[in-house]
Amino acid sequence: MNENNAPMIEVKNLSKSFGTLEAVHGISLKVFPKQVLVIIGPSGSGKSTLLRTMNWLEQPTEGEVFVDGISLWENQYRINDIRSNIGMVFQNFNLYGHLTVTENITLALRIVKKIKKEDAQRIAMQQLMKVGIADKADYYPSQLSGGQQQRVAIARALAMEPKVMLFDEPTSALDPEMIKEVLDVMQLLVKEGMTMVIVTHEMGFAKAAADEIIFMDMGKIVERAAPEVFFEHPACERTQQFLSQILKH
Amino acid sequence: MAVNDRLVTPKNKNGLQSADEMQLTKKDFPWWMVAIGVIIAATFWLIQVSPDFKDAFEIIRAGLGVTITTTICAYSIAVLIGLVVGLGRVSESVVWRNISTIYVEVIRGIPLLVLIFFIALVLIPGLTTALSALGSLLTDIGLEGIGAKLAAIENKSIPMNARAIISLAITYGAFSAEIFRAGIQSVSKGQMEAARSQGMSHWQAMRHVILPQAIRNVLPALGNDLISMLKDSSLVSILAVRDITQIARLYAGHSFRFAQAYSILCVLYLTLTLVLSLIVKLIERKMSNERK
Ligand SMILES: Nc1ncnc2c1ncn2[C@@H]1O[C@H](COP(=O)(O)OP(=O)(O)OP(=O)(O)O)[C@@H](O)[C@H]1O
Ligand SMILES: [Mg+2]
Repeated sequence: MNENNAPMIEVKNLSKSFGTLEAVHGISLKVFPKQVLVIIGPSGSGKSTLLRTMNWLEQPTEGEVFVDGISLWENQYRINDIRSNIGMVFQNFNLYGHLTVTENITLALRIVKKIKKEDAQRIAMQQLMKVGIADKADYYPSQLSGGQQQRVAIARALAMEPKVMLFDEPTSALDPEMIKEVLDVMQLLVKEGMTMVIVTHEMGFAKAAADEIIFMDMGKIVERAAPEVFFEHPACERTQQFLSQILKH
Repeated sequence: MAVNDRLVTPKNKNGLQSADEMQLTKKDFPWWMVAIGVIIAATFWLIQVSPDFKDAFEIIRAGLGVTITTTICAYSIAVLIGLVVGLGRVSESVVWRNISTIYVEVIRGIPLLVLIFFIALVLIPGLTTALSALGSLLTDIGLEGIGAKLAAIENKSIPMNARAIISLAITYGAFSAEIFRAGIQSVSKGQMEAARSQGMSHWQAMRHVILPQAIRNVLPALGNDLISMLKDSSLVSILAVRDITQIARLYAGHSFRFAQAYSILCVLYLTLTLVLSLIVKLIERKMSNERK
């Protein structure tokens, strides 16, 4: 990787507690432009919490987050501005239920980016074509399958032209036969050189797409490595145990 | 008037009530409606054939305008108050949240009848006195323009009809606030997070993402409240506001035709609420069809 570049995301010594529960403890990491970081780990290990601090949906108790060199702590007053450059895709899609597919995509374009209606619609159509779902432009989310909804959610995030995309288990709520269509879209983004941080349990995808894999447990990074090393020769026993469990089925 | 338990809406992943879920209950033939229709028809037949009934009806009918305008005015104000206070109840600001909660809890802890007495006969006179005192003060320090205007406000200058409307509006404002709060909370948290993650401000997300879905979810509850308000508007008769209840009372009092006066009163309310609930149902059906 081009380590001499400035990192797109930098997390420094970050901790997050909910009351007495420390969900994330002392994590530091860097994601460079065009890099794909995959975070894996057992349920409750703090993956979502870590990811959500990267766009300030979760405010860390300690430590720093920089996005494209900007400290989120120091720039909270313009967090909306900063967030519009960070795309996020959720496990439950979170499409706006009262809006059509097109309107889901144009809403933020219009009220956050102040783009004119016709232009916003054109952008929406482009993104829908990219995720292969242009024929559903006038449908409501409830009329789409999970896989289709998630692809719309990705299109909605992409339409904002983010510098980095965050994915929180984007395929975990999907029926098995729909997982591939979403992973294919994500693979396309990898090819295009999108900077991404992805929490996932899809090991095949992680192997193929990741530049680096982080394994988390109990709020800490247990192991980090390139995918080949990570899957072939995991150093820690905890990682080996997790991998053997997850790869069994 | 249990406001909380009224709002039990099933929802799907997006926090929206889907059309199929709404139509889960199998439709019975509306025999009840036929029965009520018969009662109403029979009463109107009585009005045609019996001079006593006709006389009572002609007189009581005169109050319909007051009953309906009181209900509509008070309800519109109540919904506005409800929206603002409902947003206050879920606000990020501790101050707003607490002010809203105090308002809702105080109103909910006092019987409507007592509230009407208090607001119309204590709160409003108190406010007018305070305003005119402020007016005199302003005049004294040289601001005669607004000073004189404020000083001219007298307790008497606010008619009982207006006080009745204000009392009902303040009371029902608390009820609709709870409806809006429940509606906002029925929209899944993910909707707000998605909107915020795209760079919308809290208020933009509220206005464009949360509220439209919340309002859709609470439309039936708001409709029920309108019907309750129509019935509760009868209580303003204690302020001598000449709505149908007050006129029926007066009429019965001096003609001793209690049976006629109060049967007609019942049937008038029944007719009004029936019409209203049909309208509410129609709107609900239209909304659920739109989502198909
Ligand atoms: N808002 C919150 N309030 C209190 N505790 C929370 C909150 N969010 C997360 N937690 C707790 O923090 C810990 C880490 O949660 P997190 O969601 O980050 O885990 P995760 O690795 O994403 O798990 P999963 O695979 O189940 O999504 C868990 O114990 C969780 O219960
Ligand atoms: Mg998670």
